[in-house]
Amino acid sequence: MKTFYWLVKREFWEHRGGFLWAPIVTGVVFLVLNIMAIITAEVLGSRHGFEIGGGNWQMMITKADQGDLAQIGAGLDIAMLSSMGLISIVMGIVVLFYCLGALYDDRRDRSILFWKSLPISNTGTVLSKVVSATILAPVIAVVVAVIIGIVQLVIFALVLSLHHVNAWQLITLAHPFRAIGTLVSSIPLYALWAIPSVGWLLFCSAWARTKPFLWAVAVPAVLGLLVSWFGIMGLFNLPTVWFWKNIVQRALLSVFPGSNIVYSDSALEATADLGDSHNPLSVLSPMHTYTLLGSPNLWLGVLAGAVLIAGAIWYRRVRDDS
Amino acid sequence: MNAVVTASGLNKRYKNTVALDHVNFRIESGRIVGLIGPNGAGKTTALKAILGLTDFQGELSVLGLDPRTQRDRLMEQVCFIADVAVLPRWLRVREAIDFVANVHPRFNRAKCEAFLARTKLTPDQRVKQMSKGMIVQLHLALVMAIDARLLVLDEPTLGLDILYRKQFYQSLLEDYFDENKTIIVTTHQVEEIENILTDLMFIRDGKIVLDTDMEAVGERFAEVMVSADKAATARSMKPLDERQVFGKSIFLFDGADRATLESMGEVRRPTVSDLFVATMKGTYA
Repeated sequence: MKTFYWLVKREFWEHRGGFLWAPIVTGVVFLVLNIMAIITAEVLGSRHGFEIGGGNWQMMITKADQGDLAQIGAGLDIAMLSSMGLISIVMGIVVLFYCLGALYDDRRDRSILFWKSLPISNTGTVLSKVVSATILAPVIAVVVAVIIGIVQLVIFALVLSLHHVNAWQLITLAHPFRAIGTLVSSIPLYALWAIPSVGWLLFCSAWARTKPFLWAVAVPAVLGLLVSWFGIMGLFNLPTVWFWKNIVQRALLSVFPGSNIVYSDSALEATADLGDSHNPLSVLSPMHTYTLLGSPNLWLGVLAGAVLIAGAIWYRRVRDDS
Repeated sequence: MNAVVTASGLNKRYKNTVALDHVNFRIESGRIVGLIGPNGAGKTTALKAILGLTDFQGELSVLGLDPRTQRDRLMEQVCFIADVAVLPRWLRVREAIDFVANVHPRFNRAKCEAFLARTKLTPDQRVKQMSKGMIVQLHLALVMAIDARLLVLDEPTLGLDILYRKQFYQSLLEDYFDENKTIIVTTHQVEEIENILTDLMFIRDGKIVLDTDMEAVGERFAEVMVSADKAATARSMKPLDERQVFGKSIFLFDGADRATLESMGEVRRPTVSDLFVATMKGTYA
């Protein structure tokens, strides 16, 4: 267990740039862009002689009915979560390339010979990389996103209080704790959902003698094209759309957080709810996303991922090209 | 004495070459064995087999374990420096020590730090900022702090300048080696390790062509400097090798009678490199 902890720590040391700095930089850039937008609005506003909201915000809020308040709250929630959207995309890219390099880079620069000179099992090594991709990376991303989200909320509150709006009252309209809870609760589901992609990418990383990226992308893409082609030619009645959606995308794109929402049958239902409350939190709420636990797609993916990870462990042992 | 490595019928072939051809050998505890052979002779393959880094046919027991199936346990007692400069480039000195200290049960941190204190390495330095010689210093510091029973070195000093090379072997001898440890080393710089070896193994085309201890080398092989008039007699005794120096011939004999040799000229013990060159004659032809 101690060895495993240090193996994960080693991954963090090696990939501090991707795991830690990438989300932080993304979040800070996001904040800076927002602040720039706010300043622009303020400057343009005062230059043209009117104040945004005309100083009537407080009055508006006092007079707003329940539905309007919910909309304001939803707006603030979106503001708080929006940084997570960007950070998620960056994290997905980081995890994708991390997995492709995880079992390949040290073979290429031969430092695998150093790691293999230590009493570490191949299983431990590969699993530490799985954990880094499916738990370590999203946990860091969520922590960063939560901090950025709170800062974002505070900035909005401060700006609005300059316009004589009671910031505290405004913040009570938002649901920061619910938003944080939603983000945190999405991590285990992400881990399960990402397993087939992580497995496939690690497998390519352990197996490929050169260019793991090419193999990882080309194999599913070519298979998909073949399936489509057979479909067009009418040779076999292959389910083309199903293949692209459930094999190609699951193998490559499931490392992107939120990619599961597309597959969730209840997503539509959630969108319907969105119509009612206008709150994006309902789409992301665990009550909706975790219905995925009941779908065979998730569990077949986990199974496929486990098989691929076992394959990666096998190739980690037998590939002897360093 | 107990055997550290026992190989019998060790066989390994790559697609169209035989790397190890039914090799048998035995390495005892407390020895420093030089495994020497031309490029592509199978040295690295033999070491990889011992370290469980490659598959093979035949039987091989390292410290009583099978490197193919019991590698995880084996690596607690076996250490290796596979090549110069294989430490990952992003690694810092501090991280390397922390990591090894926490995953290796036989690592002695104080020993490692004491060794590093004698170098110019600093804790925050990354491998990519080091020269080749410094990387080897770090690697050696890590390895020497591990109380392993078998240390395997595959060309550990390739590309280093002479100061680093001398220091490397000196440290190994002075601060590491004792009767409970065994070292297997391959290198092309034979002259430098000649006086530290206790055993010698020559490998050629996947076969062990010489397996002896250094004392026996002196008894078995002899080099005689013979003047031109006696050269024909010497030649008739089937020498391993002949070369010309200053108008005289130097013959290398395997197992020839001492007294006869001494009657022909000055007899001395051949250097390992001369022996190597004579044994490997025609390898690349």
